Amino acid sequence: MKDKLLPLDRAISENLGPGDAVVLGACLEPDIPFAATYEIIRQGIGGLNVIAPISDASTDMLIGAGCVAEVTGAWVGNVSGGLGHNYRRALEDGEPGPVIVHDHSNFSLAMALLAGAHGMPYVPLRSILGSDIARSNPAFRRAENPFSEAREPVVLVPPLQPDLAVLPVQRADRHGNAHHWGSAGLIQESALAAEKVILLADEIVDAEVIASDPSRVLIPGYLVAAVCHLPGGAHPSPMTGRWRRDNQFFEDYHRVSRTRDGFLDWLREWVLEVPDHAAYQKKLSQRLDDLRITGTAPAAITSYAVA
Amino acid sequence: MIVAAAREIADGDVVFVGMRLPIVAYGVARLTHAPNAVGLFECGIVRYAPAGAVLYTMGDPPNQMGAAWATGLIQVMGQLQRGRVDAGFIGGAEIDRFGNINTSYIGDIAKPRVKLPGSGGAADIAAMAKRLIAIMNHQKRRFVEKVDYVTSPGFLDGGEARSKAGLGGGPAAVITDRCILRPHGPRKELHLASVHPGHNVDEVRGHTGWDLKPLPGLAETAPPSRAELAALHAIDKEGVWR
Repeated sequence: MKDKLLPLDRAISENLGPGDAVVLGACLEPDIPFAATYEIIRQGIGGLNVIAPISDASTDMLIGAGCVAEVTGAWVGNVSGGLGHNYRRALEDGEPGPVIVHDHSNFSLAMALLAGAHGMPYVPLRSILGSDIARSNPAFRRAENPFSEAREPVVLVPPLQPDLAVLPVQRADRHGNAHHWGSAGLIQESALAAEKVILLADEIVDAEVIASDPSRVLIPGYLVAAVCHLPGGAHPSPMTGRWRRDNQFFEDYHRVSRTRDGFLDWLREWVLEVPDHAAYQKKLSQRLDDLRITGTAPAAITSYAVA
Repeated sequence: MIVAAAREIADGDVVFVGMRLPIVAYGVARLTHAPNAVGLFECGIVRYAPAGAVLYTMGDPPNQMGAAWATGLIQVMGQLQRGRVDAGFIGGAEIDRFGNINTSYIGDIAKPRVKLPGSGGAADIAAMAKRLIAIMNHQKRRFVEKVDYVTSPGFLDGGEARSKAGLGGGPAAVITDRCILRPHGPRKELHLASVHPGHNVDEVRGHTGWDLKPLPGLAETAPPSRAELAALHAIDKEGVWR
C-alpha cells in the first residue's frame, strides 16, 4: 500500500485550496484539528467554507484570521467561554471581512453529511420544523411525508460533500488505516462524505496494530489522502485516552480575543510566529506534558480468532 | 437554579443533556431522586452514572470513561426523532412568552446587533424531546415579548401553532435564577409557577419583558435540601458552574 505519511504543511498545501469546503472538527468538543487550523492560517488559504457542527474556538480563529467566506455549522463560539468574538465582529461589523452563514442544527448538519456520505439525494427530518433555521438557510425544502395518510410536514436536507475533511485520530498506520475511539460525533459521516481526508494521528503504529481490531477502524486507508503524525495535534481540545482539555487556553483566548487587536496579538504569538507543530509543542512545553493522560484504562481483549 | 432544574428530571427518565449547566443538573438529579435516569449527550455519549470529575465540555475524558455507550451523534440524536427522549435540557440567550428560544441572531439576520453562537443541538432537542426544560438567567433583555429569531421552537405563536407545525412535546418549565415558569392555559403562555427563596413576584415581573401572570397556587420554590447541595458539590467539586 502507498505510504501516505506527510508533514502537515505539505498535506494541507496539496489538498486544500482557496474557496474549498472543509470539515475541521467533526466530534463537537473533542478531537478538533487545531494544528491544521493554525497551518491553514499560516498558509493564508482564504475563501473557505468551514463545515463543523461545533468545533469550539477553531472556527472563530479562522474567521478572525480572514480565511473564511462561509460557515456551514450549528454553533460557533467558545464552549466553556461563551460567544465567539471574531464571529460576532464578522457578522455584526464585517470585520475582517463578511461571512455568509449557512444555519444548521447539529442534527440537520448530521443529515446533510449522512446524505453526502452515502450518496442519498436528500434526507427528510422532523427536527427544525418550527425553527427559523429552516427559513434563514434557503438550502432546506419543506415537504409532506408521502407515506403518511394524515398531513405530516417534514424538512428535506440536501447532501454535503466537502472537498476535504481534517480529522484527528488516536492512532493510524502509514497507509491511512486508523483507529478512533470515544464519542464519534460526525467523524465517520465526515470521512465518508468528503472528497479527500487528512488524518492527524496522535501516534503512528505498525499496520498490524490497526488490522488487529478492524471494528475500531474509522475508515480504511484507501479513502485517506494523507496522514500526519502530530502528537497533541488537537490541543487545546481533548482526545479520549490521550489528552485532557486545556481549559485555561480557551479561557485566555476568549479574554484576549474580545478586541480585534487582542486577537491579532494572540494570532501572532500562537500561530504566525510559530513555524510548525513541533515549535508549538515546544512553546507549550511543560503545559502540554501536564495535559497528557498517563494512566491506562484498557478495554477488554477483543478477539478475532478463526480457530 | 441548578437544583430546581434537577428536580424536573423524573426517576427513569431518558434525558437529553445540553451544554454547560444542564450537565450539572443531570448529575445532581442522578445522585438524588433520579438514580435510574439515563443521560444522552449529543457528541455521542450515553451515561448512567454522572462523570467522575468536573466537565467543562461533554466530550471531556471523564465523560467518556465508564460511559454506557460512546457512539456517533446520529445514534444519540436519532433517539430524539424516534420519540424515545422524555426530557431535554437547554440554555438560551433570549426567550419569549411562548417559550421560543433564540441563540442565533439579536436584531436583523442580515445585519445582527449581536451574533450569538447558534443552535448546536438545541433546536433538535426543543423540537423532538417529549418535554423541554430551559435554564436561563432572568433579565429583562432576555425575557422578551417576542424573540427576534426562533432557534429552538417553543409553542411558536401559542395555542395549537406548535402541533400545526408538525411538532409534539414543547416547553414544560423554564428555570431561572429567580423563579420557575410553566406554560398554562389554551394559549400555552408561560406563567409564573414558583419564586425562589429571597426573590418576589414584583421583582420577577420587573425583569420580564411581557405581562407575566402568576399561576393559581403560586408558591415559593423549596430551598435546596442538604442532599441536593451535597450532590451539587459532588458533581461540581471546584465550583466551576456555580
